[in-house]
Amino acid sequence: MYNEKSSYEKVKAARSNDRPMGGFYIRNMIDDFIELHGDRRFGDDGAIVSGVGYLDGIPVTVIAMERGDSIEERMRRNFGCPSPEGYRKALRLMKQAEKFSRPIICFIGSSGANCGIDAEKRGQGEAIAENLVEMMGIKAPIVSVVVGEGGSGGALALGVCDTAIMLEDAVYSVISPEGCASILWKDSAKAPEAADALKLTAGDLYNFGIVEYVIEEKDRTAEEICSALKKCIKKEIAKKQALTIDELLDGRYNKFRKIGNCE
Amino acid sequence: MSSVKEVLGNLGLLDYFAEKRTCKKCGAELPYPAFRNNNMVCPSCGAYQRMNAEERISLVVDKDTFIETNANMESKNIIGFPEYSAKLKKAKKDSSLKEAVVCGTGEIGGQKCALFIMDSSFMMGSMGTVVGEKITRLFEMATENNLPVVGFTTSGGARMQEGIYSLMQMAKVSGAVHRHSESGNLYIAVLTDPTTGGITASFAMQGDITIAEPKALIGFAGQRVIEQTTGEKLPKGFQRAEFMLEHGFVDIIEERKRLKYTLTRLLELHSR
Repeated sequence: MYNEKSSYEKVKAARSNDRPMGGFYIRNMIDDFIELHGDRRFGDDGAIVSGVGYLDGIPVTVIAMERGDSIEERMRRNFGCPSPEGYRKALRLMKQAEKFSRPIICFIGSSGANCGIDAEKRGQGEAIAENLVEMMGIKAPIVSVVVGEGGSGGALALGVCDTAIMLEDAVYSVISPEGCASILWKDSAKAPEAADALKLTAGDLYNFGIVEYVIEEKDRTAEEICSALKKCIKKEIAKKQALTIDELLDGRYNKFRKIGNCE
Repeated sequence: MSSVKEVLGNLGLLDYFAEKRTCKKCGAELPYPAFRNNNMVCPSCGAYQRMNAEERISLVVDKDTFIETNANMESKNIIGFPEYSAKLKKAKKDSSLKEAVVCGTGEIGGQKCALFIMDSSFMMGSMGTVVGEKITRLFEMATENNLPVVGFTTSGGARMQEGIYSLMQMAKVSGAVHRHSESGNLYIAVLTDPTTGGITASFAMQGDITIAEPKALIGFAGQRVIEQTTGEKLPKGFQRAEFMLEHGFVDIIEERKRLKYTLTRLLELHSR
């Protein structure tokens, strides 16, 4: 099922400049998308694109990390690294989705949360923490898809969900392989070894039971991948919509509760 | 008449008085009891030294009331990470702990509560599956028994040697915090030096009330990483407790000598 790339080749593929990010999936999967801006607290984070639209006729809320294409756009979107106001915008729209009983789709692809003085001043840690705790209680189905690099806490802040999906070449890790190698072995050139050791590929996470589905990429165009992904999301949303709210929230709790259960 | 040394020897306290500690700030080298009897604050310069779990418990928990839970849970090399098994072994030996958090129940000023106390002497207090599991179980137990949770954080963040499992502990604990909160129970987070990374981005910042120790380092991204990434010079006092208070992320900065008193008052006010 999985292609022959090494872990670090997958990391590079996940980061690749021409790999489609959240915006691509919105354009190709969501009809009549209307972008909704701002966190109502501080500002509007370009690294998170969010709004409402239809998934084959079903109204949905979509929250996506986006790094942009041109250099100007990338600067504006901070290379896809969300700031606290991005996570707060995401939470605002999730609560709105809850109010209108709309399923939520999150697209994850970022090297991590914005790392900077201003982000710390505005509570980067608190913003992520708030999403983790609040998403556990959002009374609407949440499907999260890792489409690129799932970089640590900044990715997980959109990753508390009922169903987790990864694209075959996406990665999801507690730390970047470079960061891991430089901390442990004082040598970021050992990133390929760290990538192997971290077990961060879609196949690894599927085997761990942390993601429920892996969408194959090999020999498929981006549009074909998108269409396979859409089918998977639709099926999952339908399944989750059939549940009572208690069943939905218990399922979400237990999905994470069982990870790393100890004797 | 026996000498002081003999008396201490007979009481088995000779090592306790012989052990020296060096203040990490001013470098003063004093016997351990000089620090211990001063709440692990340097008697010479007033700098806060990091407390281990045992010292922390004796600071805030009423004598002989602490009952540890899940004391024997130990980490395994869950993803077969290189050198991790040896590191765990060494951490256990060096810290005399089984993992980076101690959990249990106890009384603070006569108020029963569930407690977790992280300990940075075990792999910098990093969170792997056992730390996540112990804290999750503690919140679940507290929800079931309608107990407030008082938690002391100190951690470098998620433990990279357990890969994605460590990251997912942030979500797992958050789930248990959510249920505890929904049940109407109080959670007080006490942030101590240092509280960073995935701990700040999860249960350290999920308390109903957030207390910090003076000058404690509290933040998400590491200081060196921020400097390297942005090329900017960090402002004075960046990511310290006082900075976090100023920016609205901490309710109270409390001195160690008043910490138990303040916790008692808050627990009393929320008693149900």
